[in-house]
Amino acid sequence: MKHLLGTDGMSREDAVLLLDTAAQMAATQEREVRKLPTLRGKTVVNLFFEDSTRTRISFEAAAKRLSADVINFSAKGSSVSKGESLKDTALTLQAMGADAVVIRHSASGAAYQLAHSGWLRGSVLNAGDGTHQHPTQALLDAFTARRRLVDDPEGKGLDGLTLAIVGDVLHSRVVRSNVSLWTTLGAKVVLVAPPTLLPVGVSTWPVEVVHRLDHAIDRFDLDAVMMLRVQRERMTGGGDAFFPSPEEYTRLYGLDRSRMDRLPSHAIVMHPGPMNRGLEIAAEAADSDRSVIVEQVANGVAVRMAALYLLLAGEEAA
Amino acid sequence: MSGTIMSAADIHRALTRIAHEVIERNEGADDIVLLGIPTRGEPLATRLGERIASVEPGFDAAASVGAIDITMYRDDLHRQPTRPIGSTKVPDRGIDDRIVVLVDDVLHTGRTIRAALDAIKDLGRPRAVQLAALVDRGHRELPIRADFVGKNLPTSRRERVDVHLSEIDGEDAVMVTERGDK
Repeated sequence: MKHLLGTDGMSREDAVLLLDTAAQMAATQEREVRKLPTLRGKTVVNLFFEDSTRTRISFEAAAKRLSADVINFSAKGSSVSKGESLKDTALTLQAMGADAVVIRHSASGAAYQLAHSGWLRGSVLNAGDGTHQHPTQALLDAFTARRRLVDDPEGKGLDGLTLAIVGDVLHSRVVRSNVSLWTTLGAKVVLVAPPTLLPVGVSTWPVEVVHRLDHAIDRFDLDAVMMLRVQRERMTGGGDAFFPSPEEYTRLYGLDRSRMDRLPSHAIVMHPGPMNRGLEIAAEAADSDRSVIVEQVANGVAVRMAALYLLLAGEEAA
Repeated sequence: MSGTIMSAADIHRALTRIAHEVIERNEGADDIVLLGIPTRGEPLATRLGERIASVEPGFDAAASVGAIDITMYRDDLHRQPTRPIGSTKVPDRGIDDRIVVLVDDVLHTGRTIRAALDAIKDLGRPRAVQLAALVDRGHRELPIRADFVGKNLPTSRRERVDVHLSEIDGEDAVMVTERGDK
């Protein structure tokens, strides 16, 4: 592996290797000394054109636990706000000796462009590009579910499990990454959303689509439910609104106590964060024993350590 | 020199002797922790633990045998293809103030052991660290020596030493081959 751009096209073998490596990384994080010398002398640049404090600090923690040097580059207040192009930014990072660039960008395909343009020699890790992909988020979701739901998980996928993803599928790169990864790993994915929040062409995806959370709970034996954040700017207002009101959304798609109680007893509740308590997820669900939301954050560091290790530790690809 | 250098019976005898040496050197087995270096150090550590327990009934093998993966501490990571990471299992009691015996199949350049010493440092502070190797083939590149050796095997750098263990390879044997004629 040279780059981590998306989970579409990722082989099952690579996906399982990433998850197994993440498990070993997670084990090192329970030690007295959590820092490993593995990437000493390597430089990781966090290149964030969009604000994302959680993802950035997770990557930063991962790189630092492996002893890499971390440079944070955010677009606000930088040369980018003065009009510098992605190409010139990349050439600058190359000149500074970046071994890996973690990129978050509002344009779909930005990570691919950076990896394949020849501007950089280092590895590129996609930390979210537009509405396209967010592979480390999908990997940490899969890792969390595998840990909770699969016995003796090493070397295994998610075969036979059923995941429901509820919410704004249209704008979500997390959904796209999760659909590819979970399907590759042998799981079935059910998307739950109002028709206005589903993309054109969703019928060609390898998923089942239903328009009510209650129907999904009735029809499928769910092992995991992933609630997506409702982005406030999409909730109300004029002809641009995607659904009539937050109250209606909560009534039809919110995960509350009664819906949670109808899930199989082993089922887990996931959320990529940040949560809107009371909107897509009730506090009772977010704080219940089924909720793995805090685990997801901890696992995010382990998964990103695994990705950095697998991309950076080996000999330089010729 | 090539062919099978140690048979299953030779390996059995060597491990039994090492078990006795470990107990003798440490005047008992109370504080011993055996840490195998994956892949083949791990079953060797388990076997040593069983042998020690058969001599010292007070020795709880299950609570004193573990594994220590050294992949992330290697000094040649950037020169080789990416290696998968093995597992590290430390007994619940930890290694602080105990005597750690590192167990590996072949002692060669000593670089693996250097990496293992770094890894141990991150796990705790043992009272002492000792080294047991089934085969010492020489060609050290660092000032490291084994405390317990199954067999000293003078080799040329061109030869390759392969240890096969029944837990992993289905048979017990130590073989030497000329590089290239395999």
